[in-house]
Amino acid sequence: MSTATGRKQIHLAAHFPGVNSTTVWADPRSGSQIDFSSFEHLARTAERGLFDFFFLAEGLRLREHAGRIHDLDVVGRPESITVLNALAAVTDRLGLAATVNATFNEPYELARRLSSLDHLSAGRAAWNVVTSSDAFTGENFRRGGYLDRADRYTRAAEFLGTVRELWDSWTPDGEPGPFAHSGPQFRIEGEFPVPRSPQGQPVVIQAGDSAEGREFAASAADVIFTRHSTLEAGREFYADVKGRLARYGRAPGDLKIMPGVTYVLGDTDADAQERAAEIRRQQVSPQNAILALEQVWGRDLSGYDPDGPLPDVDPDPDSTLVQGRVRVADPVAVARRWRALSEEKGLSIRQTVIESGSRQSFVGSPATVAAALEEFVAADAADGFILVPRLTPGGLDAFVDRVVPLLQERGVFRTEYAGTTLRSHLGLPEPVWKGGTP
Amino acid sequence: MTTSTRPLHLAAELAPGSGRADPGPHTAARTVALARLAEAAALDFLTHDDSFAGPGLDALAVLARVAPETRSVGLVPTVTTTHTEPFHVQAAVATLDWVSRGRAGWRIAVSPTGAEARLLGRRPAPPAAELWQEAGEVAEVSRKLWDSWEDDAEIRDVATGRFVDRRKLHHVDFQGATFSVKGPSIVPRPPQGNPVTVVDATRPAARDTAAHHADVALIRATSAEEAAALRAELRRGARAHGRDPGQLRVLLSLTVDLDAYEGGPGALAELIAGWHGGGAVDGFHLVPAVPERDLERFAAGTVPRLRDRGLFRTAYEGTTLRDHLGLARPLSQYATTGAGA
Ligand SMILES: Cc1cc2nc3c(=O)[nH]c(=O)nc-3n(C[C@H](O)[C@H](O)[C@H](O)COP(=O)(O)O)c2cc1C
Repeated sequence: MSTATGRKQIHLAAHFPGVNSTTVWADPRSGSQIDFSSFEHLARTAERGLFDFFFLAEGLRLREHAGRIHDLDVVGRPESITVLNALAAVTDRLGLAATVNATFNEPYELARRLSSLDHLSAGRAAWNVVTSSDAFTGENFRRGGYLDRADRYTRAAEFLGTVRELWDSWTPDGEPGPFAHSGPQFRIEGEFPVPRSPQGQPVVIQAGDSAEGREFAASAADVIFTRHSTLEAGREFYADVKGRLARYGRAPGDLKIMPGVTYVLGDTDADAQERAAEIRRQQVSPQNAILALEQVWGRDLSGYDPDGPLPDVDPDPDSTLVQGRVRVADPVAVARRWRALSEEKGLSIRQTVIESGSRQSFVGSPATVAAALEEFVAADAADGFILVPRLTPGGLDAFVDRVVPLLQERGVFRTEYAGTTLRSHLGLPEPVWKGGTP
Repeated sequence: MTTSTRPLHLAAELAPGSGRADPGPHTAARTVALARLAEAAALDFLTHDDSFAGPGLDALAVLARVAPETRSVGLVPTVTTTHTEPFHVQAAVATLDWVSRGRAGWRIAVSPTGAEARLLGRRPAPPAAELWQEAGEVAEVSRKLWDSWEDDAEIRDVATGRFVDRRKLHHVDFQGATFSVKGPSIVPRPPQGNPVTVVDATRPAARDTAAHHADVALIRATSAEEAAALRAELRRGARAHGRDPGQLRVLLSLTVDLDAYEGGPGALAELIAGWHGGGAVDGFHLVPAVPERDLERFAAGTVPRLRDRGLFRTAYEGTTLRDHLGLARPLSQYATTGAGA
């Protein structure tokens, strides 16, 4: 969507700081990761900044490393939909997005919960459909630890289609009707207990990167949450996914692409760069450096000195050391790269991990960051961003106070909410009602 | 065993008959208004009925929406255990406890009908006895999962780089008849340790589960004698399950239409004072025919009379639902007192 200025508008979302090493819990300003007040502070800040939505991730099993619960990052978080229902009471316009797994849930129950959130928030609900299906996570659930990886999107697609049938089982005029769905994954029937919600169809987000994931998003999602946060990778991803839309009779504007990005602000660019380096050191503690190494090598490397050289042994390609997080795709290649880097620059284990790890996406003065965000969107590398602060709960304050006004001055970000629903913030079309014939 | 000085507990239902209240845009405002009314009267807690058969919004969602707009009253949604995932259920209840700062409970219910089973399509409806057996297992695994984080598991030890002390996080390795759960929970231990478990023990099939797992059991009776007998039965059951019956509150569910009630709010106060004073029950759970009207009359006409007699609190003394009910905050079952550190 662009305005009269002709400039492509930026969409912004705020991610609650996650259970990973991006979140700097050791900082003295770091507050509770679980008290409601932290969620309230971040959501109110996002709303003050006129953000499109507030985003909560999900993990259905605590991560383990070498058979023991991973203890170096933030551990534990509340259940998303319940927190968002509470946040609906203390915000007015902000969209409320919950990550919920399609493998370990059932369409009727989840459709009802999301529709309830949409009613209780007056049209602000979104669902980020994720598909993790590993046996490790499955040990917490009735259905148990299985779903062939190849089937994860088969189930997710039928799941989402079924949820939408349930949402459409009430007519736009408020008349209930029966539903009956019969497919390979689900055979269900009855009456949906909740009237059509304010958005008709809550917003659907997809986060997954494989070809199947992209195809699923192109066919059915309103927003993609992606990891492609560099200009080049972003443009490639953007063109790829938008190019898949026509096949489904959809227009480019029907699917918004929003990478998850981090940022470091400073009074000057040099100041910001210095802070960014310091933050990287905080994020990669000596213990986290060894852990990062073990995640690549798939071996117990606890005997190694984080300030010493990299191991000579090669990675174990069949390792099950790491559970509950995405595995490094090609460990042997990564190890080779790290060794080369370490030898070339004479870096220790910790320095190598810091050097090779992902940098903050946007670093600079507020003016520099605002310009870079605009450029990124103007270049069709994204339609907006899911900002991932590193501090709970104050990590978004400076962005809202210092960057948002500059984006507004540039004419690329709203100066007030034009509508009341998340769909209206995102500029998504009214959903077409497809009910009526069960 | 007459203990007329025993504190009186009062609760009320917000959505009698599960979702007869219009499930729509007004639900939030309407429920908040009712909750504030009950809170002004210092009631112990509010229940919100629910069932997959509907109609109605998800009860736990409604009470999460109410939580930030209230300060003291306990919030107890009905949560079903037959077609849901125990792991999700306990996480949602724990989260309600977090967002309400220690005011959450859950009223366990089952889904007995074939119609409900077909909505979910996971399995046919099991017989009633098995439903309640499973509900008991869900209550048990929920407690284990709430306890799977000891209270002081989060350490934020910068020197060693550790956010948690993993010796204080526990796999629960629960093996039930119909499901198993590995654990630990993904949610840190909630403010009350264990949110309050409420079981409607009206049906005989639910009674043993209530005696075994409930912090609050709801009963129905038409005379004080019948109520006293039920209470005694539940307390005997609790003892048989190795529990301290002093940690079980038995509340009489009373459907009231204060328009038609002979003698009105004053007579209701007489009945409550009489049955409670006689030791038949620990309190009452009001199920109003018309919530707006009957809760208002109860708050304005019945509660003041009970206060005049010195039977009911004039203000909240604690902040959590366990405080209101006089129930101790349990130690984690995995806590190794003195060890560790
Ligand atoms: C940016 C991003 C965020 C994700 N967030 C979550 C999450 O919060 N919870 C989760 O279970 N999976 C999450 N996932 C995992 C995906 O849902 C998906 O299961 C995984 O990427 C495998 O699908 P794929 O093969 O299409 O990538 C995320 C993925 C991406 C790319």
